[in-house]
Amino acid sequence: MTRTGRTTLLAAAAVMTAAIVTEIGAEPKAAPTGARSVERGAYLVRIMGCNHCHTPYKMGPNGPEPDMSRQLSGHPAELAMPKAPALGDSPWAWIAAGTNTAFAGPWGVSFTANLTPDPETGLGKWTPETFIATMKTGRHEGKGRPVLPPMPVENLAHLSDSDIRDLFAYLQSLTPIRNRVPAPVDPPEAQ
Amino acid sequence: MRLALRGIAGTLALLSLATADATSRRTPGLRADGDPELPARLSETGLYEPERPGVVRAENRAFSPQYPLWSDGALKRRWIHLPPGTRIDASRPDDWDFPVGTRFWKQFSFGGRKVETRMLWKVAKARWLAASYAWNDDQTDAVLAPEAGVRGVVEVAPGRRHSIPSRADCAACHGTPGRPLGFAALQLSPDRDPNAIHGEPLSSEMLTLETLLREGRLEGAPPTLLSDPPRIRASSPRTRAALGYLAANCGGCHNKSGEISANVPSLAYADVMAGADAVAESLVGRATRFQVPGVPEGASVVVDPRAPAQSALLARMRSRRPSSQMPPLGTVLGDPQALEALAEWIDKDLAHQATASAAPPPPN
Repeated sequence: MTRTGRTTLLAAAAVMTAAIVTEIGAEPKAAPTGARSVERGAYLVRIMGCNHCHTPYKMGPNGPEPDMSRQLSGHPAELAMPKAPALGDSPWAWIAAGTNTAFAGPWGVSFTANLTPDPETGLGKWTPETFIATMKTGRHEGKGRPVLPPMPVENLAHLSDSDIRDLFAYLQSLTPIRNRVPAPVDPPEAQ
Repeated sequence: MRLALRGIAGTLALLSLATADATSRRTPGLRADGDPELPARLSETGLYEPERPGVVRAENRAFSPQYPLWSDGALKRRWIHLPPGTRIDASRPDDWDFPVGTRFWKQFSFGGRKVETRMLWKVAKARWLAASYAWNDDQTDAVLAPEAGVRGVVEVAPGRRHSIPSRADCAACHGTPGRPLGFAALQLSPDRDPNAIHGEPLSSEMLTLETLLREGRLEGAPPTLLSDPPRIRASSPRTRAALGYLAANCGGCHNKSGEISANVPSLAYADVMAGADAVAESLVGRATRFQVPGVPEGASVVVDPRAPAQSALLARMRSRRPSSQMPPLGTVLGDPQALEALAEWIDKDLAHQATASAAPPPPN
C-alpha cells in the first residue's frame, strides 16, 4: 500500500470512528425517541382498528365514516341509548349502535372508552404502566372491572410492553376531548 | 479489509449459532421465559412431607393475619416457607422484602372441603410466580389449575359459585413482579385487634412478629417493633376495626402507588396507621363518579353519615354486579358481617362530620 493509500485509509477510519463516537455520545439527530414512539403508536392504532369502535361513526356522503372531530373520544355522552331490543332466541347474539360505540350482548351494554388525554373523562391521569396492566389483564386499570366485549382483550394481552407504550404515547399526544362515557350496564341476571 | 469483514461475519454467525443453540436447548425445569416450571401437583410444591400428603412440613410455618381478606366466607389456612438461613428485610414495615425461594400457600375450604390452594413463589430478586391448585374429589392432592383459572368450581350460595382465579387475576391483586399481601408488620402484630372483622384465633404454633424476631428471621426491623408494636391508633375501637378491614380488603389497590386513578385516599397499612382518624374523615362527603342507586345524579359520595346505606363505599361492597362490585374480583358474595359493622361505624362514629362535609370536593 502506498503512503497516499495508507493516509486515505487512516483518514477514513478516523472519520468512521468519529461518526461512531458522535452517534453514541450525542442526542439522536433524527426524531427523538418520544416522537418515534408516537409515530409508531399512530401506526399501530391505524392497523389495529382502534378507530372503528373508539371514534364515533357518522353518516357521510359515502356511508358511515368515523367522525374524526371526535377522534378516539369514545361513546358520545349526549347520545343516551334506549334499552336494547330483545333478541330472544334469534341467532343474533349482539347488536351495535350506529355510532359503533355502544354494544349490547350477553355481557350487558358496553360503551367504548374515551382514549384521549382528557384528565377527567379520558386517559389524562393514566400512566404507561396503568395502560400496560389494562391490556395485559383485561381489567380496567389492571385491577378493576373486566374490560367488556367487543374489546379484543385476548389478542391485546399478547402485545409487547413496547408496543403498548407506543400506543399510549400516541394516545397521550391527541387533543384532549372532554366526553364522559356512561358506565357499562350489567346483564339482567346480574342486576 | 476483506479479512476483517470475514472475521465480523464469522463472529455474527457464531453468535447466531450460539443463540439458536440456547433457545433449542432449554434448561430442564425452566420455562422458555427462564422461570421455573410450576409443579404439576400441590404435593410436589414442598408444602407437605414426602409421601405423606396432607402432613405439612415442619419448616412451613402457619400464620394468621389479624385483618383477613374476605373470600366468600372460605375457611383459610396459610403457610410460609423461608429458605434455611435467610432473613426477611423488614426495614419497610408494610412492604417486606422476602428472600428468593420464599413460598406462601393459602388453602381455601368451603363446606368442610378443600377447594383450592394458592401458591406464591419468589423465584428471583423481583419476581414472584403465582399459581393455584384445584383439589381432587378424594381430597388427597390438588392439580395445577390452568392459566385461565377454573370457573364455578363450587357453589357458595344459591346460584353463586366460587372460581379459581386466572393467573392474570392473581397479578391484578399481587401485581407484577408480585408481592404477598397479608404478611407484614401490622398483620402479624402481637397487639391484635379484638374487634377485627373475621378475626381468627391465633394458635400457639403460628408465626408472629415475636417468633420471627426471636428466631432471627427479620433484619432491618425498627428496634421498637415489639415494645411499641404496630397498631391502628384510632379514636374508637370501631374506627380501628373498620380501617383494618379497609386496609386489608381495599388498600392493595387504593394506595399511593398511582396504579389506579380513583379518587379515594390511601388505605395502605402505613397510611391508616399514621393517621386513622384523618383517613376516616377524608372519606366523609368525598365525591365519587360512581352513581349510587337512589341518589340524585352527581351527588354520590364515598361515605354519607346522614344516610349510611347510600354511601358509595357500602353500595359497592354490597354489589356483586361485575361493573360495580368492590373489590372488583375474587368474590361472588358481599360480606354481610363487614357491611353491618361498617354501617354501624359510619352511623355512630362519623355522623358528627356530616355537617362539616356538606360541600363535596370536586368529582374525580
